[in-house]
Amino acid sequence: MTYHNPFTPPRKSATFDDFTLAEIRRAAATGIYDIRGAGTKRKVPHFDDLLFLGASISRYPLEGYREKCDTSVVLGTRYAKKPIHLKIPITIAGMSFGALSGPAKEALGRGATISGTSTTTGDGGMTDEERGHSETLVYQYLPSRYGMNPKDLRRADAIEVVVGQGAKPGGGGMLLGQKISDRVANMRNLPKGIDQRSACRHPDWTGPDDLEIKIMELREITDWEKPIYVKVGGARPYYDTALAVKAGADVVVLDGMQGGTAATQDVFIENVGMPTLACIRPAVQALQDLGMHRKVQLIVSGGIRSGADTAKALALGADAVAIGTAALVAIGDNDPKWEDEYRKLGTTAGAYDDWHEGKDPAGITTQDPELMQRVDPVAAGRRLANYLKVMTLEAQTIARACGKNHLHNLEPEDLCALTMEAAAMAQVPLAGTSWYPGKGGF
Amino acid sequence: MCGIVGLFLKDSRLEPQLGQLLSDMLITMTDRGPDSAGIAIYGPATDGRAKVTIQSAKPAVDFADLERDLAEAGLPARVAIKSTHAIISVAAARLADVRSVLASIRPDVRVMGSGDSVEIYKEIGLPKDVVARFDARSMSGTHGIGHTRMATESAVTTLGAHPFSTGSDQCLVHNGSLSNHNNLRRELIREGMAFETQNDSEVAAAYLTAEMAKGKNLGEALTTALDDLDGFFTFVVGTKSGFGVVRDPIACKPAVMAETDQYVAFGSEYRALVNLPGIEDARVWEPEPATVYFWDHEKAA
Amino acid sequence: MDASVKRESLEAMRVFDLASTPLRELNSALHAIAPGTNDTNFEVVNPRGSHAVAVGIDQPVTVNVRGSVGYYCAGMNDGGTVTVHGSAGPGVAENMMSGTVVIEGDASQYAGATGRGGLLVIKGNAASRCGISMKGIDIVVHGSIGHMSAFMGQSGHLVVLGDAGDALGDSLYEAKLFVRGSVKSLGADCIEKEMRPEHLKKLAELLDRAGVKNVRPEEFKRYGSARKLYNFNIDNADAY
Repeated sequence: MTYHNPFTPPRKSATFDDFTLAEIRRAAATGIYDIRGAGTKRKVPHFDDLLFLGASISRYPLEGYREKCDTSVVLGTRYAKKPIHLKIPITIAGMSFGALSGPAKEALGRGATISGTSTTTGDGGMTDEERGHSETLVYQYLPSRYGMNPKDLRRADAIEVVVGQGAKPGGGGMLLGQKISDRVANMRNLPKGIDQRSACRHPDWTGPDDLEIKIMELREITDWEKPIYVKVGGARPYYDTALAVKAGADVVVLDGMQGGTAATQDVFIENVGMPTLACIRPAVQALQDLGMHRKVQLIVSGGIRSGADTAKALALGADAVAIGTAALVAIGDNDPKWEDEYRKLGTTAGAYDDWHEGKDPAGITTQDPELMQRVDPVAAGRRLANYLKVMTLEAQTIARACGKNHLHNLEPEDLCALTMEAAAMAQVPLAGTSWYPGKGGF
Repeated sequence: MCGIVGLFLKDSRLEPQLGQLLSDMLITMTDRGPDSAGIAIYGPATDGRAKVTIQSAKPAVDFADLERDLAEAGLPARVAIKSTHAIISVAAARLADVRSVLASIRPDVRVMGSGDSVEIYKEIGLPKDVVARFDARSMSGTHGIGHTRMATESAVTTLGAHPFSTGSDQCLVHNGSLSNHNNLRRELIREGMAFETQNDSEVAAAYLTAEMAKGKNLGEALTTALDDLDGFFTFVVGTKSGFGVVRDPIACKPAVMAETDQYVAFGSEYRALVNLPGIEDARVWEPEPATVYFWDHEKAA
Repeated sequence: MDASVKRESLEAMRVFDLASTPLRELNSALHAIAPGTNDTNFEVVNPRGSHAVAVGIDQPVTVNVRGSVGYYCAGMNDGGTVTVHGSAGPGVAENMMSGTVVIEGDASQYAGATGRGGLLVIKGNAASRCGISMKGIDIVVHGSIGHMSAFMGQSGHLVVLGDAGDALGDSLYEAKLFVRGSVKSLGADCIEKEMRPEHLKKLAELLDRAGVKNVRPEEFKRYGSARKLYNFNIDNADAY
């Protein structure tokens, strides 16, 4: 009789998993950290872990086809002479011409305009196409100041001072030379084909006391007409929100770590910042502590995908949300119909994030003249409008079920949490209990 | 994040106006910090006497009969009340006893600072209200510093207001935000320093006190601070006879200085300096990064 | 018609006393000017360090400011001629598009930051970060400049008659830097470059426009980008 050793299958490390091993080999081979676009891909507690309670006997729902559920929102009521009136509380987040192609920017403007909402410029300035196709356009004021000029400042409907982004709070960006076409180079006063480095701090102010003076200057230049937004990454949301308000913001834009970027280090995207879910309550608390909740509006972004996400963000205290990645998907980004071409790039539809390399088969995150022809701005704009309509109807459906005649009347008490993490982060009771962990302090 | 002012008089004829001048400078910086304001004045010292500035949330209760209760506790003292603050004057040799006696007879009273000459007044609110509450305009002195605060990451409280005083006749005001103050606070606590707040600026003050306790002068302590403190800072620091300024090596936070035969002045902005006598002809400059500026009455004398 | 022309010329000099008039009135008057009017001379008195004085000008007006100003004086100037008879706080002429800004005294940090065009003349010294992220502006400093000047400068010219502080031209793109005095240190990717005839010619023109007398272009050294950071290379990683 021969003795059979019991077979032990080879075991891979959970710590050094295949992805980690490949990343170590890639770093050793190239000597450069991985740069990519989009937001975090790791799983973090999110709106999926919250549910709405609805209504039965203790609350009465609204009748969906008869009774109105208002979705409008006014942004910039604090100081601006001309606040922004939107039909829906879902805006399009800042994405630059440069990171995106001209037709993609046009599609965003068209879709937003049909839907009665705003779109936003990005690092790199305002294009005529974008201004022309966007009824309401927010002009970003960024550390790089690429494409910044007073004419565009005056033809914008609002100004967004960008202090940080959820994908990289505290970091700058880098657009690799491949995407610096003649037109992008010209708009950014850069030589063609070189890496464009974006600074992490504004060149002419540091800190909230200086920001107050900077906001005053922007108001003086635009005769106090335009709402001034301040956008921060989800880093220390209580203090950042409080300081934006103290510095004089009309609107605070808070971008959680699921928020996308055109290009930055993967290590930054995956390891810095807080999940969107965890950012909202501290920010709302700061507004409430200052007596400014609903007076200074809060726009939340970072991983918003549906009407349910929108309703949950609003229930936690936001006035509106912004979408970036979802809007790109709506206009055709990562569409499986380009799968063959994604494969040639060594990726697959749904995973493509090398936006900085400028080879996007969908023609969206590229400056390649042939690829960008694949975006029909009219059709893509319509798709975005359809998607925004669905999101709005979904949010209304939920709000009516909770008995609300306005989305803004959703409250944290309309929610329960499925997990301890979500309960703690959203300060919403664990389903079936009246308890959530970590009461008091942030 | 804040507005800072400082004034160091070279000409003793200006001393009666110190409070007036510094108050105006501080009020001009209101926009830079709406949360709280404070002022430290180095007034005339009395030989053999020391003073302690205390603060109370219930001054009517805590300060009533304080002089009598101190005497009954075996600590003869004079008490001068100014709104929520009071100055306790004792024999210099008894200075160390004040805190312990107060802890037993007035446990809710907080010590703002102590020394031979410094008096420190700070409260939540706008500079103009803080200045009026403490009648700061009437104070005379040789030098002083002031601060108006826009709180970043610690609470808006009286104790969180600047100036911070962590040693005898020492005080500090800060504009900026330190990034390694939590670790440094833990080290300083191990070395025996006590902290009243979670404020980063208090750590800077305590750091300088600890370094000076090791035998460094203020200038030397500010020099090592450049290596040991991380983050953004402009500090203005007072000692019994000295006045120092230092900015971090990046030097983003604003700072303007002016010097004439009569004074050295510091402001976060030039606006703070425009009312000073003879400012039109002063030498006005911005302090260099990572450079210690230091004036001392005793050295000058 | 004649009468209205006459009235305009009588009002040709408009005085704003900032001790008694809100800043808003000054800036809105500057923005209300229609193209082609004669009513283009402004006098600002008692600025006392005020911020955002004469910002957002978009017509060829002349503004004389009698005294020192705070942050962002003449910010985003597009075609105006602004003279500060005093010193300027942080960010003077930030993001200027065109026109001329003259500071008779010193300028604080960030002078001419991100400027895209026009001429900024500082007759005294400029503090740190002079010309940071400049994008086409020409800056002439009669005195010296502080550290980190022309950081990430993209285009335009920075001329310094005195000395430059630490890290001049760090991460420089195509801005051209001319310094007559000493340079405490050069920033990453900034190097001294050969002064060619076209540079001497441009420098002479800038010195002339900035009212500099008795200084020859040959007395300057030219600094520019080594262009080693233009495309990422791991061997340059220490410079990031």
